[in-house]
Amino acid sequence: MIELLDLHKSFDDLAVLKGISTQFKPGRTNLIIGASGGGKSVLMKCMVGLLTPTQGQIIYDGRDFHKLGNKETRDVRREIGMLFQGNALFDSYTVEENIEFPLKMFTDMTPAERRERVDFCLEQVHLEGINAKFPAEISGGMKKRVGIARAISLDIKYLFCDEPNSGLDPVTSRVIDELLQEITEEFQMTTVINTHDMKTVFDIGDHIIFIYEGNKWWEGKKSEVRTADNPELKSFINASYFE
Amino acid sequence: MQIFNHFGTYLLFLRRMISRPEKLSVYWERTMLEMKNIGVGSLAIVAIIAIFQGAVTTLQIAYQLVSPLVANPVIGSIVSDSSMLELAPTITCLVLAGKVGSHIASEIGTMKVSEQIDALEIMGINSRAFVASPKIIAGIVMFPCLIIISIFLSNVGGIFAGYASGILTPDEFIQGARESFLPFNLAFSLIKAFVYAFIITSVSSYHGYKTEGGALEVGSSSTKAVVYSAVLILFSDYLLTQLLL
Repeated sequence: MIELLDLHKSFDDLAVLKGISTQFKPGRTNLIIGASGGGKSVLMKCMVGLLTPTQGQIIYDGRDFHKLGNKETRDVRREIGMLFQGNALFDSYTVEENIEFPLKMFTDMTPAERRERVDFCLEQVHLEGINAKFPAEISGGMKKRVGIARAISLDIKYLFCDEPNSGLDPVTSRVIDELLQEITEEFQMTTVINTHDMKTVFDIGDHIIFIYEGNKWWEGKKSEVRTADNPELKSFINASYFE
Repeated sequence: MQIFNHFGTYLLFLRRMISRPEKLSVYWERTMLEMKNIGVGSLAIVAIIAIFQGAVTTLQIAYQLVSPLVANPVIGSIVSDSSMLELAPTITCLVLAGKVGSHIASEIGTMKVSEQIDALEIMGINSRAFVASPKIIAGIVMFPCLIIISIFLSNVGGIFAGYASGILTPDEFIQGARESFLPFNLAFSLIKAFVYAFIITSVSSYHGYKTEGGALEVGSSSTKAVVYSAVLILFSDYLLTQLLL
């Protein structure tokens, strides 16, 4: 479980996060929704350690992330996988080498064991047989799935996804959403997804927080989103339908 | 003031780069690959520059030493010494600052703007060490090798130009080069190559790493890497010559 306690983040005088507290539980797809510029990406960057919060705590199963020593921080980071908006696959590596990379860095697996694990991960994301291709040779949706495969190649406990559906067609978006829900349930991971895609919200939103101007404006489940009487959330949902 | 800011962040970049490798075998593999890219990949341009540099220097020295009192082997000795002391290390490294430096800065810059560096950080990898240290080590090992090749080919170019133009025979050139040869000159040349290699690879890695934005900024980082490296090479050239000669 990931717990956020009174999280603040400012850049000089600009307060981007203004005291966010919530819990992301394992085995559920936790969504962070909100308009662009609302603080979603900053929140996620604080959670994965790319930014340091100005105030507040991020607790990974009892471990206060930003107060850990170097070794402990590295240990937590090795339990984290992330799917980036732009995939962040290594251009000069093949699909197999991309997925194999964390295994090579952090395990003592033999090449045969690594290959077996790569095949298993590719199977999980329904992409068998593309091991030798380079990222430039596969489609956007396939790149996302390779990104997921790389993220889960180590036995991670926390999966973060930044706009996993951006730039994808509706069918591929659906495939990615289903895939994320599937692996979250299967591996009982704590999955946190940044999105402004309402289809994702209604399809896989087990737990949703709505961020508005740096504050947690609303929190609930997908079944409660439509009936929520929060005006900003309503306006966000209505605007999404007209996109 | 900005220059001090840059220098400070450059030193911090180098300091944060120093850490125990997460997996030595992966770093070793990357260093070997960089040696191939930087060393073998630069061989052709180094060879072309060295041959023409030696040939042109021979012709110009002969043009300036018109006195019948100056023996022909003197031309060989001047060409060979100036190749070793200045032309091969400095000119070659200035060209390599363009080729290798811009490549390093744009590669790391692209990794930065496409979130590949963030991906490394999230995995718990020291991204500075991972992207920069193999390049710096490869540069420090390969540049002196390239400079030795450059010195040799520069003399070959000189011999060829002297012979083709009828100014001096290959034997006269070699006699002059051998008579004036000092082992310290070669050591000085290799010290220069070592220093320039560190400047080019580390400055370019630094500029690549601090790229923020998109394709335009990658281009700008690449240009800055070349300009800063070239200026620092010239500055350290003066400093090393003053200190060691």
